[in-house]
Amino acid sequence: MKLEEGWDDGFEEASRRAAHETLAAARSRSLVDIGYTVVDSPIGRLLLASTRAGLVRLEYLDGDPDETLEELAGTLSPRVLEDPERTEPARRQLDAYFEGRVRTFRTPLDWSLTHEGFSRRVLEATAAIPFGSVTTYRDVATRAGSPRAARAAGNALHDNPIPIVVPCHRVVPSGGGVGKYGGQEWRKEYLLRLEGALHGGG
Amino acid sequence: MNLPPFQRLLDEHRVDVYRFLVASVGRQAADDCFQETFLSALRGYPKLRDASNLRGWLFTIATRKALDHWRVESRTPVPVERLPEREAPQRADGDPELWQAVRTLPPMQRAAVIHRYVLDLPYAEVAQALGISEDAARANTYEGRKRLRSMQEVGA
Repeated sequence: MKLEEGWDDGFEEASRRAAHETLAAARSRSLVDIGYTVVDSPIGRLLLASTRAGLVRLEYLDGDPDETLEELAGTLSPRVLEDPERTEPARRQLDAYFEGRVRTFRTPLDWSLTHEGFSRRVLEATAAIPFGSVTTYRDVATRAGSPRAARAAGNALHDNPIPIVVPCHRVVPSGGGVGKYGGQEWRKEYLLRLEGALHGGG
Repeated sequence: MNLPPFQRLLDEHRVDVYRFLVASVGRQAADDCFQETFLSALRGYPKLRDASNLRGWLFTIATRKALDHWRVESRTPVPVERLPEREAPQRADGDPELWQAVRTLPPMQRAAVIHRYVLDLPYAEVAQALGISEDAARANTYEGRKRLRSMQEVGA
C-alpha cells in the first residue's frame, strides 16, 4: 500500500489559505486576545502587539520576536496570533510619524503591562510631553507625584512597554546629553532629531 | 505553566492537521473542518492544563471534527460532496482510488489508518488522538488495512 506517498506541497499553500480564513473567523468571534505584526521603520523592525483595547506593546526587534511573544502569552493571554489587521491603526500612525505627518499619537493604548501606581503615572506623564520638546527625569517624577524619585522614574521609563508612542525618548538627563534608552541610544538620538529637539552634530 | 503563543501551534502543525483532514474528509470538507478545529482549540487554549503534548491535543480535536463530519455525512442521503471532487482532480491524492477506499472505512478504522500511515504516528499517539487504548488503535489499524487490501484485490 502506498498511503505514505503522493502527498505534495499543495498542502502548504492550501493550509495557509485555510489558516488565513480561520484568523478572520477567530477575529469575528473575539478569540484573538493579542494580535501582532512586524513592521519596518527607519530605526529597524518593530513588533507591534495590540489587544482589543489598543496597542499594548511595541518592541525594537534586533532578533526574532519569539521571546516577546512568549512573554505576552505568559502575562496576558496565550491567544496570541499574527494579525496585521489588529495592529493596522498603530502601524499607520507610526508610518505617518516617521514621515513627519503626525505629531500626536491618537492610537488607543492598553496599559495592562504597566503596574498601576507610580510607574503608570510616570508613563502617563510621559505620554503628555509634546512632540519636539524634552524634559528631565526629575520633572517626570514630579509630575507623577514624587519629585525625589527621579531614579525610579528612570526605571519606569526603561520598562516602558510602548516606546515611541509613549515618548520616553523625550526624557533626558538634566546634566545634558540624550541619556540612556532601552532601545539603544542611537534610536533615541534619531527620534529627537526627527522631532527637531536635538541640534548639532553627533 | 506557560503556554506558547497560539501562533506557534498554528505554524508548526497547520500543514499536518490539514493533511490529516484532507485524508479524513476530502478536500471539499477539509477547509471547514480545519477552521472548526483551530477555532475550537483557540477557545479552549487558555484553560489547557497540560502543555506537554500540544500536537496530540490538536489532533484529538481534529479527529473529533472529522468524526462529527462523518456522522453528518452518513446521514446525508445524496453524496453531494463527491461531485465537485471528480471535476477537480486531486493532485495531492497520489492514488485517488485508494483514498476513496480509505473514506469508505468505518470511522475508527479510517481515523486509525490515517493517523498511523499518513501522519506516521506511533500507536501510542494514535491511541491518544483517538481517545482509545493502544490495543484498540492497533486493532483498528489492522482491520482497516485488511479491509483496504481486500478492496484493492477486488478492484484489481
